[in-house]
Amino acid sequence: MRKHLGNVGALLRGFSITFSYMFKKRPTIEYPSVKKKHAPRFHGLHELRRYADTKERCIGCELCSSACPANAITVIGAENSPDDRHSPGERFAARYEIDELRCIFCGLCEEACPTDAIVLTPRFEMADFRRGSFVYSKDRLLVPPEAGVGLAPDERPNGIPSDLGMVAQVKSTMESDTGYDATNRGIILKTQRRGLAG
Amino acid sequence: MDALVATLNAAPLWLVILIKSALLLLVVVTTFAYAMLFERKILGWMQLRPGPNRVGPWGLLQPAADAAKLILKEDLTPKTADPLIYRLAPFISLITAFAVYAVIPFGENNGSLWAIGDVNAGILLLMAISSIGVYGISLGGWASGSKYPLLGSVRATAQMISYELSMSMSFVGVLILAGTTSLAGIVHAQASMWFFIPQCFGFLIYVITAVAETNRTPFDLVEAETELVGGFHTEYSGLRFGSFFIAEYVNMLTVACIATLLFLGGWNAPFGLTMIPGILWFVMKVGAFLFFYMWLRATLPRFRYDRLMAFGWKILLPAATLNLIITALIVALRG
Repeated sequence: MRKHLGNVGALLRGFSITFSYMFKKRPTIEYPSVKKKHAPRFHGLHELRRYADTKERCIGCELCSSACPANAITVIGAENSPDDRHSPGERFAARYEIDELRCIFCGLCEEACPTDAIVLTPRFEMADFRRGSFVYSKDRLLVPPEAGVGLAPDERPNGIPSDLGMVAQVKSTMESDTGYDATNRGIILKTQRRGLAG
Repeated sequence: MDALVATLNAAPLWLVILIKSALLLLVVVTTFAYAMLFERKILGWMQLRPGPNRVGPWGLLQPAADAAKLILKEDLTPKTADPLIYRLAPFISLITAFAVYAVIPFGENNGSLWAIGDVNAGILLLMAISSIGVYGISLGGWASGSKYPLLGSVRATAQMISYELSMSMSFVGVLILAGTTSLAGIVHAQASMWFFIPQCFGFLIYVITAVAETNRTPFDLVEAETELVGGFHTEYSGLRFGSFFIAEYVNMLTVACIATLLFLGGWNAPFGLTMIPGILWFVMKVGAFLFFYMWLRATLPRFRYDRLMAFGWKILLPAATLNLIITALIVALRG
């Protein structure tokens, strides 16, 4: 008899638990409309930056490519010609490709870069329908000249990457609800929607 | 308004019944649609999810989206199926589920009953019709010509027979107290005291058997997903699956209506709160019972099949019989 009374008690406890859960705060984040606030040093999609005079920072040294543990980066450098200078140095990256499917977003490329050309932005929404679309080349990695210049990764205040040119300005004034879609790359990807990288 | 009543009074009986049936069908189908949404919401909340909220504000258009989806699905018939019975079965379930509403009264206004037909043996007719509903499930499972539906329908038949006995026994207690088999008469007999107080054991037995009769968790062995894929409706798709689905929810609603009529005082207002009309009380009681159903589903896991049978025959049936005998004794001794 006592055992059965205990069972009834357990039953009632179960019912009270499910009932009380109805009024608990639900942890669901309704993703596309509401975005989770992520860590300040979040590693997302790469970006190739420029100097203030709009010259590319990348000098095609391939250090990022050799630092990359996932072999995701391919750089083919070329000599700058005097009448068509891409970067202030002798060489520039003629081709710069990152396979974002291979990338593990460790940020070693960022650390290896002697000119702070490659940085990781907080953007993470890269879904696409074709494998080829995940090979990002310069047309999608390089910031547009009007995007401005940010601080080098080592000089970031509190280590927060709020220094990515236009990205920085948008991000520093941004509400966590709207998320990071308003970043530089986000706008480019939204407006251009490039397919296979050439 | 008076003119409308006068015209309705002058109209032939068949027309009045047709209009009443059409209205009732509309109400029941709408209630089914929103009961389903309500259930998904409640289940979601109890599992710390928001529930459906993508279609329309608060997901209110979800039933419409579901209906559109079911209508557009392909209607499949397995090669091994018995085509005629396979196609007929969902409609047996559906028609019997709706037919019950012919005798269910929802309220009363100046002595005239809000029902399609006021049958003096209402409760008997109701039990008879709802018992036919199991044919839809057992024939559907058998005619599918595949093993899981067959197992599901065998279980359904066994479960229905086992629990229907106890259910009828719990009704008889109420019938003895009310002294009538008319549903309106039973509600009138509850004017001073609702029958769930003198018939508390009967009510408990009814609630348990009602869950079993409608094949809902924790008694949903008929469609146990984890063991039988989908049970009796495994092979069904599209509107035929939809018919079984509608029948299940309409049965749920029926069972809630019966609980309200037999045990919860029907449209009688509690504590003399008569400023709220009786039909609203009826709706509220049915709603509360439906909520309990969903709460049950969110809380309890499924029974094991042998335990289900043992519980039905060794505990519920003796308890229901005892309840009936004691009720009869008390009523007889008090004269």
